[in-house]
Amino acid sequence: MHYVIIGAGPAGVNAAEHLRKYNSLAQITMLVAEDVPPYSRMALPYFLVGNVKAEGTYLRKNEGHFEGLNITLKHGRASAVDPVSKAITLLGGEVINYDKLLVASGATATRPPIPGIDLKNIFNCWSLADSHKIVESTQPGSKVILMGAGFIGCIILEALAARGVDLTVIEMENRMVSRMTNEVMGTMIKDWCVNKGIKVLTSTKVSRIDDDGDSPLTVSTEDGQKLPADVVICATGVRSNTAFLEGSGIEVDMGIVVDDFMQSSVADVFAAGDVAQGRDLSTGDYYVQAIQPTAVEHGKLAANNMVFGKRTPHPGNLNMNVLDTVGLISTSFGMWMGVDGGEEAEMSDIGNFKYLNLQFKDDVLVGASSLGMTQHVGVMRGLIQTGAHLGDWKAKLMAEPNRISEAYLASAQAQHVATAPV
Amino acid sequence: MQKSLHIDPAKCTGCLQCESACSLVNEGTVNPAKSRIKVFSFHDEGRFVPYTCTQCDEAWCMQACPVDAIVLNPVNGSKDVLSDVCVGCKVCTIACPFGTINYNTSTGKVVKCDLCGGDPECVSACPTQAITYVDANATGLDKMRAWAMKTDNAGA
Ligand SMILES: Cc1cc2nc3c(=O)[nH]c(=O)nc-3n(C[C@H](O)[C@H](O)[C@H](O)COP(=O)(O)OP(=O)(O)OC[C@H]3O[C@@H](n4cnc5c(N)ncnc54)[C@H](O)[C@@H]3O)c2cc1C
Ligand code: SF4
Repeated sequence: MHYVIIGAGPAGVNAAEHLRKYNSLAQITMLVAEDVPPYSRMALPYFLVGNVKAEGTYLRKNEGHFEGLNITLKHGRASAVDPVSKAITLLGGEVINYDKLLVASGATATRPPIPGIDLKNIFNCWSLADSHKIVESTQPGSKVILMGAGFIGCIILEALAARGVDLTVIEMENRMVSRMTNEVMGTMIKDWCVNKGIKVLTSTKVSRIDDDGDSPLTVSTEDGQKLPADVVICATGVRSNTAFLEGSGIEVDMGIVVDDFMQSSVADVFAAGDVAQGRDLSTGDYYVQAIQPTAVEHGKLAANNMVFGKRTPHPGNLNMNVLDTVGLISTSFGMWMGVDGGEEAEMSDIGNFKYLNLQFKDDVLVGASSLGMTQHVGVMRGLIQTGAHLGDWKAKLMAEPNRISEAYLASAQAQHVATAPV
Repeated sequence: MQKSLHIDPAKCTGCLQCESACSLVNEGTVNPAKSRIKVFSFHDEGRFVPYTCTQCDEAWCMQACPVDAIVLNPVNGSKDVLSDVCVGCKVCTIACPFGTINYNTSTGKVVKCDLCGGDPECVSACPTQAITYVDANATGLDKMRAWAMKTDNAGA
């Protein structure tokens, strides 16, 4: 049995390790496309700040980890997949045969189609190579314009601020991280950033970038501003890496369409991580979540089904995020925006930058978001994921949302310890 | 025989000796806010529940970590945070469905119970034996883990 994995990010690496755990004899080959050992994109901001060296971003730290598990890392980039002959062609022409294939090729950062977007000193912040370029081209005081204050943009923002650059962020939505915060919370994050000396422009877009002015770059916005910049960083969106699947018959929508066993539309081809459009626990819809925990869980689940056949359908992954915007920590889980016919509890202390919002459907927690909380935040996942009935605690939480940990202990833990099969 | 913490909330009087001992030994200061074990008080019922990591098998924190900063201690089965490897991304704190790994804003790293390397201070400090360190299979931990499985998508 030969398992082949395309891509060595968190989804690919966790899949490879679990394939080995479930099958000690199979041949396992993982394609590594970049010129570095398997690393984690999530750790890049800490490399930008200088907290870790490039090695600090590597997914596995032990020398000989993959060799020890008899997992072959093969340098190469897939350029085509033929599910009929069960063969992958690499850039350069080499062909690899597989019995079962996992596509875990992740996503790539995109750039908006505006004039000047390909000029010098405009970067994405997606790979270790991008990060090296940003480190080389920015010094304390450099004028940096960050396009996009979504989740990834805000993470980079933290790292750039720590590098001491003169930072302006431009976001087309009316608030920061609009996909994980409501208006109250998004506005609090913006106010916090402004207090920290970051210029934040919301509800406007970059319309063009020129390099013939007094500064290396001039960034024009739709509302008529012209801003000088040394460097522009683009965090406006990402796209799943599926181009090499064209003509393979593997169905692609936003990402690779998978069933509840992570199998694609084609037999013996599975997908995991940012490239896969997997089931969302809260909505039941199929969606590219593009977060690390989901990539890891997809990898494990795909490995399980690749080895044992389709045993257990999964209920979907919970969408969740944690973000640190220059010291202000926010989280969001599941249906943080609420559901039809649901109820919400809110605790807000704007002056102290503390906020907690809980969303219920009947007596079940279905979503949550928080600001300025660092202790026991995982219980929000625990409550949502298990669908625990809160009973009396629902009313207590409606009055005092910050008793969430107690509610968790009283309901989720008690209930499931009592009813779990022995 | 692997041992684990067994907590009997009925015996807890809420004296917080465990929190003091934990923070003193692990953080060098008597500061319950920095303790890895937390006693929750249910005022309306006059009940106290000490709560900390169960060192669960699936170890969501360990699996979610992007930089391999959480490792299995082969001797006592605890999942330990390697502070010098941790980048402080906090993903483990939302991935753990028990809420027992927490971010420490002063160090920029996360902390969790590591069973004090096999001699838990909270156990020695507890005057009523509400917290004991016993054979793992006697703790009901299996039941807890069975519940935890519900949270695990891979189911294996
Ligand atoms: C700066 C930054 C910060 C982030 N912060 C967070 C965060 O705080 N929390 C969070 O949950 N998520 C975060 N993310 C997102 C998270 O990193 C991704 O969800 C995660 O990396 C997805 O893992 P993956 O294995 O699916 O894909 P990737 O990590 O993208 O790995 C895919 C691999 O496949 C390779 N590849 C691509 N095409 C081919 C091909 N044709 N042949 C062979 N190999 C190929 C790529 O080179 C890459 O190594 C962040 C991302 C970035 C960029
Ligand atoms: S906070 Fe530290 S231990 Fe937790 S996931 Fe991030 S790097 Fe790993």
